[in-house]
Amino acid sequence: MDVEILSRIQFAFTISFHYIYPPLSIGLGLLMVIMEGLYLKTGNKEYETLARFWTKIFALTFGIGVATGIVMEFEFGTNWATYSRFVGDVFGSALAAEGIFAFALESGFLGVLLFGWNRVSSTVHFIATLGVFLGSMFSAVWIVIANSWQQTPTGYHIVGEGLNARAEITDFWAMVFNPSSMDRLWHVWQGAFLAGAFLVLSVHAYYLLKGRYVEISKKAFKIALLIATAFSLLQLVSGHSSAEGVAVNQPAKLAALEGHFDSLSVADMYLLGWVDKEEETVTGLKVPGGLSFLLHQDFGEPVKGLNYFPEDERPSQVNAVFQFYHIMVALGMLMIALTVFASFQWWRGRLFKQRWLLWAFVFAVLAPQIANQAGWFAAEMGRQPWVVYGLLRTSDALSKAVTANQVLFSLIMFTIIYVVLFLLFIYLLNKKIKHGPYDENLIDKRPKQKDMAKLLNSKES
Amino acid sequence: MATFLGIDYPTLWYLVVGAVFSGYAILDGFDLGAGAWHLFFKKEQSRRIALNAVGPVWDGNEVWLVIGGGALFAGFPVLYASLFSAMYIPFMLFLAFLIFRAISIEFRSKEEMRWWRTMWDVLYSLASILLSFLLGVVLGNILLGMSIGENYEFAGSWLEFINPYAIMVGLTTLALFMMHGAIYLLMKTEGRLFTKLTILLRQGIIFFIIMFSLTTLYTLIYIPHLSDDFKSNPALFIMPVLAFLSIANIPRLANKRKYRSAFIFSALSISMLLILVAIELYPVLILSTIDPAYNITVYNAASSEKSLGIMLTFAAVGVPLVLSYTFFVYKTFWGKVQLDETSY
Repeated sequence: MDVEILSRIQFAFTISFHYIYPPLSIGLGLLMVIMEGLYLKTGNKEYETLARFWTKIFALTFGIGVATGIVMEFEFGTNWATYSRFVGDVFGSALAAEGIFAFALESGFLGVLLFGWNRVSSTVHFIATLGVFLGSMFSAVWIVIANSWQQTPTGYHIVGEGLNARAEITDFWAMVFNPSSMDRLWHVWQGAFLAGAFLVLSVHAYYLLKGRYVEISKKAFKIALLIATAFSLLQLVSGHSSAEGVAVNQPAKLAALEGHFDSLSVADMYLLGWVDKEEETVTGLKVPGGLSFLLHQDFGEPVKGLNYFPEDERPSQVNAVFQFYHIMVALGMLMIALTVFASFQWWRGRLFKQRWLLWAFVFAVLAPQIANQAGWFAAEMGRQPWVVYGLLRTSDALSKAVTANQVLFSLIMFTIIYVVLFLLFIYLLNKKIKHGPYDENLIDKRPKQKDMAKLLNSKES
Repeated sequence: MATFLGIDYPTLWYLVVGAVFSGYAILDGFDLGAGAWHLFFKKEQSRRIALNAVGPVWDGNEVWLVIGGGALFAGFPVLYASLFSAMYIPFMLFLAFLIFRAISIEFRSKEEMRWWRTMWDVLYSLASILLSFLLGVVLGNILLGMSIGENYEFAGSWLEFINPYAIMVGLTTLALFMMHGAIYLLMKTEGRLFTKLTILLRQGIIFFIIMFSLTTLYTLIYIPHLSDDFKSNPALFIMPVLAFLSIANIPRLANKRKYRSAFIFSALSISMLLILVAIELYPVLILSTIDPAYNITVYNAASSEKSLGIMLTFAAVGVPLVLSYTFFVYKTFWGKVQLDETSY
């Protein structure tokens, strides 16, 4: 295999693995802020117990997120040197802002959040939690802006030619508010809230099913359900708005998302399907003219298809882009159905009486995770063959000093490390969940009176 | 060219990057140093205390590396791209050890079994030692220069990074961090662990002084261009003198058991040494051993003035913020380590 494919696999693998964790940190951060806020407001110890419990799980996700995040920062330089030189001037300020405003905020306060429960007042601790949460939100801002600039570059000019060409910033705010950044930022934030909320739902549904920690689990479940319902629905809005942006700014990507080949014709929308690239057909369940309608509110309006674009300016992995996109949409719909139905049951006062629904929530934790991954795969593969849309090709963006063997070495190294890391993560997560929200030293270990009585009676007889 | 206080933007950004990496070396330096000593502590309780001395702060300290990497990418993309792709293997190993250190701290306390804890202890200590060493190896190679060719692309083999000088700088960095880390742990511990550390610190100081003298001698004899600036400019000679005085002050204060002052001076020594490096390198960032025309300098590696201007504004606003909450965190955990149910 050559350097390009190995570097792409390595980047895709390391970023996918990394992206399990930051959304959980952001989402759990929101839940923790709410739980701790409720504790401050009501003084109810149960909220404090919940906040402390979720902080421990947060620590786990945050720790792995940081460790795998530094890898991403270094990989731009190690594997994508030409890209780094090209985008450094533009992308750099976003990345520097992330480090200095966002990451420093979250990591700075993290120590107080995790270890400061007994050292600072509850108000100061709440401020630390808020600081960590806001820091993680800001991180998403700068990273999404940088990525969106790669999708829809604005506010720059090109200096130099050929291999020495590079983008220089001309307008910082145009770069920040590039056409896709705000839609995508909402989409990413909300995806992260869903990841966190569904984890909370899953764990507390499990407790409810097992009859453990019932009172606090009901509280936590309701908070998380509110968030999950609201953001599942809102995700539809940001997703639609994002797709409209793609239609305008990256029409070739849009065509790939729906497997639309004909250069200028009415475009269908598929619920599910399979793309045959050779035959340029899609087999599946479709709404005829659906895509035309969504974009132009007219079933007869033509949409640019893949063949409208030169062969070397459109994504080649059409079926993969199509499938990832449809998996994301399908899971989004599933989350809406599940949360809206559960909210309805809550309103009717039977939320915790249906065991099947709770079981559904136990497993639904995977839905936002897979949807987040699939969404990014669709976005990034749909951008190909470009790494910076219309400006720099992925195949030109590589490090020229790096050999295939070196990348193979690091790819194997990361695979081994990450597999071990993931197994440890699952093991420890499971352990923390089994252990439950109460600290050992808070649990009353003295034998119960009736047990003692039984013991005494058996001795006598 | 736009200037601020008479200094042009690329040079200003060079100072910012230098300050960030010096902050990183001081802060993560004591974490890494403490980690390097970890296996010298035999008792479970001692290891827990040592681990919890860095527990609440190591993550915040690592942020300085993230900011430093971002600052290089943003301000000197050419340097960032060439250096990172040239030193692919060392950087990949560095990343692996960073992950090992992070997860060792995180996972060690999660199980009671002895083999589990020993495994993470060994991994934690090895990762800390090798991270310190690798940082020094990178620095050593930057000081030596490397085979930079056309378009500032590295044109050599990665084997050239394994050379006596880089290994010496690597060991010196390890020794420096171990000394620094031992002083930090002395501020955070009491009782028998404290007593043990006083002995370890003495050994650490000896290790550092030997390595430092060897490296200095080697530099003066074999790499004369690294002292050109000081030879040609007598006024600058004050810098190495100050650095030596600051280093000499550490054993003096350690003998008097004034560990807080000793820590200040070991932090000061780290930045002084980096200032010496910065003076000698400037304006060349990486010397090309192929042709001086391919030297990567502060000017040909820098981002545009517009971009640097934006980032300098960020730094002016951001750095005081970062310092203020770093201070707040340290203040919260000030004093000797106390283990409680939130500890590792």
